[in-house]
Amino acid sequence: MAILLDSKTPVLVQGFTGKIGAFHTAEMIEYGTNVVGGVTPGKGGSTHLGLPVFNTVKGAVKETGATASIVFVPPPFAADSIMEAADAGVKTCVCITDGIPTQDMIRVKRYMRRYKFEDRMRLIGPNCAGMITPGHAMMGIMPGHIYMPGRVGIVGRSGTLGYEAASQLKTVDIGISTSIGIGGDPINGSSFRDILELFENDPDTDTVVMIGEIGGPQEAAAAAYARDHMSKPLIAYIAGLSAPKGRRMGHAGAIISAFGESAQEKVEILKEAGVHITPTPSHFAETVEQVLNGMEKAA
Amino acid sequence: MDIHEYQAKEILSRFNVSIPRGGLAYSPEQATYRAREIGGERWVVKAQIHSGARGKAGGIKLCTTDSEIADAADFLLGRRLVTHQTGPAGKLVSRLYIEAATDIEREIYLGFVMDRTTERIMIVASGSGGMEIEEIAANEPESIIRVSVDPGAGMQTFQAREIAFGLGLEPGQVGKAVEMIMGCYTAFSNLDAAMLEINPLVVTESGDLVALDAKMSFDENALFRRPHIAEFRDKSQEDPRETYANDRGLSYVGLDGNIGCIINGAGLAMATLDMIKLAGGEPANFLDIGGGASPDRVAKSFRAVLRDQNVKVILVNIFAGINRCDWVAEGVLKAIEEVGVDVPLVVRLAGTNVEEGRKIISDSGHDILLADTLAEAAGLAVDAWKKSTN
Repeated sequence: MAILLDSKTPVLVQGFTGKIGAFHTAEMIEYGTNVVGGVTPGKGGSTHLGLPVFNTVKGAVKETGATASIVFVPPPFAADSIMEAADAGVKTCVCITDGIPTQDMIRVKRYMRRYKFEDRMRLIGPNCAGMITPGHAMMGIMPGHIYMPGRVGIVGRSGTLGYEAASQLKTVDIGISTSIGIGGDPINGSSFRDILELFENDPDTDTVVMIGEIGGPQEAAAAAYARDHMSKPLIAYIAGLSAPKGRRMGHAGAIISAFGESAQEKVEILKEAGVHITPTPSHFAETVEQVLNGMEKAA
Repeated sequence: MDIHEYQAKEILSRFNVSIPRGGLAYSPEQATYRAREIGGERWVVKAQIHSGARGKAGGIKLCTTDSEIADAADFLLGRRLVTHQTGPAGKLVSRLYIEAATDIEREIYLGFVMDRTTERIMIVASGSGGMEIEEIAANEPESIIRVSVDPGAGMQTFQAREIAFGLGLEPGQVGKAVEMIMGCYTAFSNLDAAMLEINPLVVTESGDLVALDAKMSFDENALFRRPHIAEFRDKSQEDPRETYANDRGLSYVGLDGNIGCIINGAGLAMATLDMIKLAGGEPANFLDIGGGASPDRVAKSFRAVLRDQNVKVILVNIFAGINRCDWVAEGVLKAIEEVGVDVPLVVRLAGTNVEEGRKIISDSGHDILLADTLAEAAGLAVDAWKKSTN
């Protein structure tokens, strides 16, 4: 079933009745996602898009049995919504919202650690495109039709660069098991390493494409994980070769502020760990094909 | 968002951080007047720009007479100071901070950052102040003290005490140091700072602790709830290209090349810049147009990119996800007609309805270079730029 999401996963939408939430919910339902309802405080008891609306996440989980939620709540209130989901027993939460204050995210991460590991919610994002298991379901804002079902996992910070990779792979008939956007914020829910671990343990994924960028320690941590714990090949691209030091390139987290955070340094660290590097963002398909051919020969 | 030294000091002094007596001046006359107000016999005239290393760039002058102060002010006001942080254009000095000179016994480094590894606020301190933290890390890494704060409980007094003793302060100075460290933490966390640096924090000859320099920057995502901080923004310290674009809701970073870029998504934008570089060109800017790529936003982006006189070619790269390429193509044509684009234009569309989008562009009669792939787009843009320079 690939990772985290399939066509049976019951999904709640937080910020359900807002313009953006409603638009993307309709797209998700159209794609086949099992959306079971939504939460908008004050609108509980009504219906929207033919689905029940609840005042609280706890109430919604109790009535619908939802195990996943997607957050479209505006930045000032988004951290609160994520913590509400964690407290209501949601297993997987995707937060699309861009612009959450960093200290709010520190609080969210700390709050999530209140729960025992096995009860702890897994957060994807914020400031991400979400996730998709092609042919089954999507929790996000991506164009579903560019993803072909298959056995390559994708994890990346950027939404559109993930689309670029998936559509390049589609042109050479390579499909995706699950694609996950972990978002462009400096403090986010799941790290590259967290998602790599899921792909490594997923019988439906053969190889993984990781799309990193400048700033932060997560690509280096992923390199160490790949070196020490991964049997499946990892292919990486790091965006921002031309980014000047100290400048924020769009994403709040895309800033080189310490040693090891430039694209060149990250590429070196990944290479040393035995990770395959896509030399340019135009070579995703070519590099994945080479790695897959190599695997066939070895088998 | 960065603020000036005098603004950081004004904030920190409300949180128990001691600062030398000082005042702001916009003219040589005001500067000498401020010095008299402050009193004493020696003053420092400090250029207020958003950059460190001002001393090396000649932006900080020690004066002992009225005429020295007036001369220093006259020299600095209106000048652009170039430091290793400002880029070659430098930053304009339009405000001066006049401060009583301090007799320095010892210099200490004290910084607060958001640490992305621990996902906590981290305090970084060193007894070897006066240098930049990068230099301290390179030269005396063992002198660096790091303490991280539990976000649930907040910073505890014992942590500040450990830092103070770790810095080798005299027992009589520890109380004041703890008060200042705790004050900085409160300012940092209460005001949604992203960075706070007191470098140097000095021990004076009489044994007092004083923040000689102070630097703060703030989380832009939190400015909605810090309106009084948002007011500290000084547009004169920004690249005017960035001010124009950012004020119109575009995520724009000015660079030094000739190929203007309009792209949707920060990651794809960074990747496109990389491709331009690999193809032998130099991007003029980073611009993430955002999710919607509506005709209105496309037009705004063209205006912003064309304000840069160095732009000789424009590259548009849009991956139409939720929207459709035909709609984006119409937006591009509308923008060209509205804005008037007089440089070669390369357009690469991908995603939903890409064939329809390409047809609209090629049937338009405009001289637009259409590209299929990212690599082709970068190649065409670099070729067009090379032709334009011949």
